[in-house]
Amino acid sequence: MGAVVSLDGLLDQQRLWKGRPQAQPQGLQPTGHAALDAVLPGGGWPAGALTELLLAAEGCGELQLLWPSLARLTQAGERVVLIAPPLIPYPPAWQAAGVDLHWLTVVQATAGEVLWAAEQCLRSGSCGAVLCWPHKADDRALRRLQVAAESGQTLAFACRAQQAALNPSPAALRIAVDAQPAQWRVLKCRGGLAPATAIACPGRG
Amino acid sequence: MLWACILLPQLALDAVLRHRDDPDTPLVLLSGPAQRRVLQAVNPPATALGLRAGQTLTTAQALAGSFTCVEHDPAAIEQLQQFLAAWAYRFSSQVSLHYPRVLLLEVESSLGLFGPWPAFEARLRAELRALGFRHRIVLASNPVAARMLANAHDGLALDCPQQTRAALEQMPIERVGLPVEAASAFARMGLRQLGQVLALPREALARRFAAPVQLHLDRLLGRRPMALAFYLPPDRFDARLELNFDVESHQALLFPLRRLINDLAAFLAGRDSGVQRFALHLEHAQGPDTCVPVGLLAAGRDPSMLFELARGRLEQLQIGAPVRNLRLLAEDLPAFVPQRSELFDPRPQQNQPWEQLRERLRARLGDEAVGGLAAQADHRPECAWQRGEAPRQAPLLTSAPRPGWLLAEPQALPGIGVQLLTGAECIESGWWDGGDVRRDYYRVRTASGLQGWAYRTLGEEGPLWLQGWFA
Repeated sequence: MGAVVSLDGLLDQQRLWKGRPQAQPQGLQPTGHAALDAVLPGGGWPAGALTELLLAAEGCGELQLLWPSLARLTQAGERVVLIAPPLIPYPPAWQAAGVDLHWLTVVQATAGEVLWAAEQCLRSGSCGAVLCWPHKADDRALRRLQVAAESGQTLAFACRAQQAALNPSPAALRIAVDAQPAQWRVLKCRGGLAPATAIACPGRG
Repeated sequence: MLWACILLPQLALDAVLRHRDDPDTPLVLLSGPAQRRVLQAVNPPATALGLRAGQTLTTAQALAGSFTCVEHDPAAIEQLQQFLAAWAYRFSSQVSLHYPRVLLLEVESSLGLFGPWPAFEARLRAELRALGFRHRIVLASNPVAARMLANAHDGLALDCPQQTRAALEQMPIERVGLPVEAASAFARMGLRQLGQVLALPREALARRFAAPVQLHLDRLLGRRPMALAFYLPPDRFDARLELNFDVESHQALLFPLRRLINDLAAFLAGRDSGVQRFALHLEHAQGPDTCVPVGLLAAGRDPSMLFELARGRLEQLQIGAPVRNLRLLAEDLPAFVPQRSELFDPRPQQNQPWEQLRERLRARLGDEAVGGLAAQADHRPECAWQRGEAPRQAPLLTSAPRPGWLLAEPQALPGIGVQLLTGAECIESGWWDGGDVRRDYYRVRTASGLQGWAYRTLGEEGPLWLQGWFA
């Protein structure tokens, strides 16, 4: 032990690698659910990337998950596009959740056109968020959506059945929405390990 | 007043060339009766082959083997002059087609808007070049002088009568628009330049020459005004392109289509209007035309957007017969309201505005495919929503929880495992319009854990009817 090396000197020389050098920055796209924001690497939705929602069934709680973000975007004057929703968005409920209907657009598309329309909307960069319900989406189609979301810097959400959870996916974030018990499970999140525990869905006792 | 004269020396040739994508092939314009076909105009590659205007067709064919012949069409030239007048109308409210192949513009009143003359002139030239017309531009203090100076000059700018007069005095006598016999008489008298004629005593001139000569000289110097008929823009746009061959794929239609749409956009900019719907007529050799209507939600005039839309409609079309001619017809020209845009755009990569995206989606998915949602002040769930543009702030009718998803048709809910979460909420409405509804609504939980909104009509037994999901 000839020379005494000071800790500060080592740090100044940047010869030490430090895990997690600083606190996580506040996410640019918070989900509006504190518990979920806490476990996601960016502190919210991955900006300019595809998020996959894997639903146990239609209407199992996906709107509870999305409404705070949609309300925030529409109130900021950003356009939200729903492409081929399987059911009718019921305006009184959406309004009650804080969504400004003026900035909400519904696009009716046939099964073959959903992915095309979603890609156009994402690529254009004129929308704040694009939600689509693709009927059949394979790995390749999702990758296209992911690239389009990146080039347009738009939030993209694809709602799919939970059977697809086992298939690999290029989405930056995958969240499974369970109905019983009502909970959200983060299956994959880019930039961090997926948390092992599920998050209880608020407001569904 | 300052007058700009735009002389189009090769209008007939440019009219043909601008519709062709092969400017480097030799091309001649033909006119004259069938017995004696004469070359009316030739383009530079044809000149390089030794062809000259005025040669007979047989001579030309003896000189050069392959060149394209196009019939000279005076009606098309007339139409093109109207189009150019519409274009010039953007820059001045006083545009005259008094002289053939010449646009006369009063520009002094436009200088405040379009900048000093050099910038204005550069803009005129750039746009004419983009439209595919060769030109000469001269600015002078009166229209006749501008026209006559354009015979010998290009790019001359004279903004006061003294300068104009000085320039006119240098002009050769046969180039200033005098009657032919007067010009040759002056030449025989040894007067080669206009300045020498103007130096003669006025009475002597008046005695020797007919009155029109003196009148023309006075107008040249601006001593006597000239009455010009000014251009008035029409209320519709109708342009037609002959393709001269049978086109069977829509790819080949795109080039002429782009040209037509650029013309339409130039016309609209001149009128300061937009277009909301226009029709493309694809004319066939036989049978009726195929009509492709193109509609926009809001009036627009951006050529790239209009082209994109027309292309989207065209690509979906199945045409029975080859296309001979293309015609673009726009009857409805509402006023153009520019889109408001932010000075500091929060999204820097926004490369396609929403209006353009919406039209693009509508072109492929159908006119009704893109729409908003609006809340209606009605308690009946099936009447409480409507497709269409939502007003800024719609009032909320009730604070009771409502489901986020509504089923298009209520479904019978099998009774097994269904659990009522709340008491009944009675909705009774619509007795005045025939859609009478008396129902008890419950929030229910199904066996699989989903929360639904179901009802039972008052006074009826049977299963619950599911109408929505609390998602």
